[in-house]
Amino acid sequence: MALLEVENLTIQFYTDDGVVRAVDGVSYEIEAGETVGLVGESGAGKSVASRALLGLLEDGEVVAGEVRFDGRNLLELSSARLREIRGNEIAIAFQDADAALNPAYTVGEQIAEAIRAHETVTDTAARERSIALLERVGIPEPASRYTDYPHQFSSGMCQRAIIAIALACDPDLLIVDEPTRGLDVTVQAQLLELLEDLSADGEMAIQLVSHDLGVVADQCERVLVIYAGKIVERGPVEDLFYEPKHPYTAGLLASIPRIGDGRDRLASIPGRMPTRVQRPTGCQFHPRCPYAEAVCARRDPELVDTATGTPVDDGEPDREGPTTHAAACHEHTGDLEEGLDYEVRIVDSTDDDGCGESASDPGDDSAAVDNPSHEGELR
Amino acid sequence: MTDREPTARRGRLRVEGFESSTERSLEDDTAWPRSVERDREQSRTEGSVGRSRSRWRDIWRRFRSDRTALLGAAIVAILTVLAVFAWPLEVTTLGYRITLQPFALAPYDPGELYVGPTNAGPSLAHPFGTDWAGRDQFSRVLAGGRYSLSIGALAVALALCVGVPLGAIAGYVGGWVDEAIMRVVDILFAFPFLVLAIAIVAVLGQGYWNVVAALVITGWLSYARLIRGEILSVREAEYVTAAKALGASDRRIVARHVVPNAVAPVIVQATLNVGTVVLAAAALGFLGLGLSPDSAEWGTMLADGRSSLLQGHWHITVFPGLALFAFVLAINLVGDGLNDALEPRLEDGESRTAHRGSRTHDVERRDR
Amino acid sequence: MSLGTYALRRTLLAVPVLVGVSAITFSFVHLVPGDAIDVLAGFQGVDPEARDALREEYGLDDPIWRQYLAWVTDVLALEFGESPITGRDVGATIAERLPRTLALGVAAWLLSLAIGIPAGIVAALNHGRPADELTRLGALAGIATPNFWLGLVLLFIFGVHLGWVRVTPPDAGLASLEMLWFMVLPTITLGTASAALITRLLRASMARELQKAYVRTARAKGLRERTVVLKHVLRNSLTAVVTVAGLQLAILVDGAVVVEQVFAWPGMGQLVVDAVDQRDVPLIQASVLVIAVAVVLANLLVDLVYAALDPRVRYR
Repeated sequence: MALLEVENLTIQFYTDDGVVRAVDGVSYEIEAGETVGLVGESGAGKSVASRALLGLLEDGEVVAGEVRFDGRNLLELSSARLREIRGNEIAIAFQDADAALNPAYTVGEQIAEAIRAHETVTDTAARERSIALLERVGIPEPASRYTDYPHQFSSGMCQRAIIAIALACDPDLLIVDEPTRGLDVTVQAQLLELLEDLSADGEMAIQLVSHDLGVVADQCERVLVIYAGKIVERGPVEDLFYEPKHPYTAGLLASIPRIGDGRDRLASIPGRMPTRVQRPTGCQFHPRCPYAEAVCARRDPELVDTATGTPVDDGEPDREGPTTHAAACHEHTGDLEEGLDYEVRIVDSTDDDGCGESASDPGDDSAAVDNPSHEGELR
Repeated sequence: MTDREPTARRGRLRVEGFESSTERSLEDDTAWPRSVERDREQSRTEGSVGRSRSRWRDIWRRFRSDRTALLGAAIVAILTVLAVFAWPLEVTTLGYRITLQPFALAPYDPGELYVGPTNAGPSLAHPFGTDWAGRDQFSRVLAGGRYSLSIGALAVALALCVGVPLGAIAGYVGGWVDEAIMRVVDILFAFPFLVLAIAIVAVLGQGYWNVVAALVITGWLSYARLIRGEILSVREAEYVTAAKALGASDRRIVARHVVPNAVAPVIVQATLNVGTVVLAAAALGFLGLGLSPDSAEWGTMLADGRSSLLQGHWHITVFPGLALFAFVLAINLVGDGLNDALEPRLEDGESRTAHRGSRTHDVERRDR
Repeated sequence: MSLGTYALRRTLLAVPVLVGVSAITFSFVHLVPGDAIDVLAGFQGVDPEARDALREEYGLDDPIWRQYLAWVTDVLALEFGESPITGRDVGATIAERLPRTLALGVAAWLLSLAIGIPAGIVAALNHGRPADELTRLGALAGIATPNFWLGLVLLFIFGVHLGWVRVTPPDAGLASLEMLWFMVLPTITLGTASAALITRLLRASMARELQKAYVRTARAKGLRERTVVLKHVLRNSLTAVVTVAGLQLAILVDGAVVVEQVFAWPGMGQLVVDAVDQRDVPLIQASVLVIAVAVVLANLLVDLVYAALDPRVRYR
């Protein structure tokens, strides 16, 4: 049994213009201590799905599915039981950290409060632990920063403080939502370093939500790619990056800007993701897909094992294990006539830009922080 | 795409063959429904005719679905009709009497004395009873709407005529002109509304037009502040900077960007202010500082309400007060409904007012 | 900017407003139709000798700016002169009336907070549900009720009909039990509009705050919903209530003018109305000035309190 098992999670929003299905039958699981990435464009439903795990949706409604954490279905828990889990066993660090902190209370109080919510501690103990947490997330002079208000923190420090709040009760699962959005590149790099430390040094599982493939590539063991509320591809990070089996994933990879690339312009995926009421028929991606054929507009492809072509979502979700490389494209069931003719070439770093790194050791991340988010680089 | 080096090999990735062209796509990209957000954004920023027409349709649709606002609108309409048709409206000029409105819904002449016993309670003949001079209260309450409604409408309209241009000049010209106008506004705001109105009546004397004048002098301030704030915030907005960079003239910017954005808060403010002004006029009447004491104005009718109450004549107080309450409540319902209909963004949690900070806005939308 | 610098700057900004307020009040004498001497004499026929004495006293032959300066100097020394109608010292009259209005105003203000804050919270927590709609309509009704009418109706029910309270103030000290009992109805009458304003403001402000990202963070920590609302949301929403405290004072003063008339309460409001009735211009001038200055100072105080509460204000 995995730590977190999400099955067929379906979330709807009710708007003036009709019902919007923001998350459409998403299933995945996360093992204890594992770091899993959830990737997709903004509006794909990844943040909504993450919030729904802890019942933190403001206006949407979970209409189907199960979320099992340690064997309990979180969606059926009473609000009191759910509250015991929030911030204690599962914690979320939200994006847009400046707004995610309450401007009226000190940063320290907002961390200490999370500790006091779940443990009976003295105020001094909570304070000391909060200072230690600030130190752990890399805030200099944590003891004097404890009494600072959020407006006295930089954006990067706010994001660290948000992570400190999430870490307050040593959660088993940490969900990090777009930790690098809106931060400048060097601050992004520092934060990613922090996340890497967190995933390396504990038993804690991390669900990393990002629109940025570079961030996910650096941090995660497995990746789920979400498009228009559905998982279109999943698999171990290396398989997914070296052999993307869904044209959307390939498109995302192709759109990562690189320095010294030699190409005239970036490939980008044309069109926009369907986010609202009216949706295309068949495969949600087909209007933007260069390889789309008639079948794509007719039939919605299932998520299948890319090696065997058998569906992975039927019956027991973990029949093949979560590490199966699966994709939802007609190509893998043999329904595409012309196939997908993109190719991923691995360009040796030494050929390319002479940074001289042979990059054979997966643990070597010495240069990874330079500009990780803007290069499709795997190490 | 099957034969490939083992993936343990690390290095840079290059995806080849994934072209960004849409040549092979089955549908044209334009066939896609554009997101609602983008539409809304455009209707706000462009303000073009077609878009704004659909915007007003949306507003009307939202207003129509607000039941309490519709109820308010209905009450206002009914009270207006009653006030207009309560008693014939005549103008006398150069010896000629011109009848503008010949109908009479009221059973008695509201000014005629001793149409019944004095201080009588409600009866079939006099549903609201009679006052100390034997005048029919029902007729007086019906006709009394004329004063309250016309004072409310006139004072607000005139205050708009003063406040909007001054606020626009202050916001647009800036510099010492802005300083001067806003300092005057600050100074007049230091006097409580009614106290200032009383002081003005003390200077000007009583009477219909003097009451209107007092209410205009106190009423234009909030519009000036509102418009000025709106212009300043629009001037700083990115789309205006962009329009300027593209060479749009000032007049064009005002017409296309400032006006459409400022209209909504001004309408709401003006509607709510009608209620405030009517209450203030009635308060002046109650204090004996409004119209002449025998006018059938709702507030003035209450002027000796205290002494008649102490004698037990409750009906003299209750009915004019109820009429006043009903009208002001109805106007406020309409104003609230307009507010919700004009600013649905508040519901989405992305209202402009929220971004601008609630401070000044809430103070300016003063409902007294 | 430190709090001290901010306070100094904000205080200096109030100076031109105070000058303007005093100038307007001063000009009453010359704006009222008729000879300034008649105005100052309360329109009572006075013999030529007395006229000359008045002309001398007020320096009416001096240029207008000198008259203004002389008047301001007197006012700063709290010298308001004598009322031509009653012959009493204006300053003393105001000193006698002010505490009564203050007592009524403070009581009404506390009442409005005690009703408005819980009502606003209930409305915000039940956004869109019947409880919210009911609170909204209740607040609207509170704003729409003419306070003089509410006062009269209450007076009739509890004073005339039930006989629970006197219809005129008792001849007793301000702090006496009898007086406090009498003050119940005026307090309710005066506090209603204010309570409605606070309810509406807090409801809107909390609804806005509840949408903010920090609320989600607070919930994600596993805090009780009560803590989320009462600690996090309310704290940020109350600043909106603080900012209207100045406006509220103005509303209370306006209300007092009317309510004091209804309950025959001998405060500032009644003083102003009587002064207007009797065309006692020096008394009108002094009372209006005192009221306006109080409002300006209250607004200044509110801004300073706000800056102390919300450190971000000072950095804007």
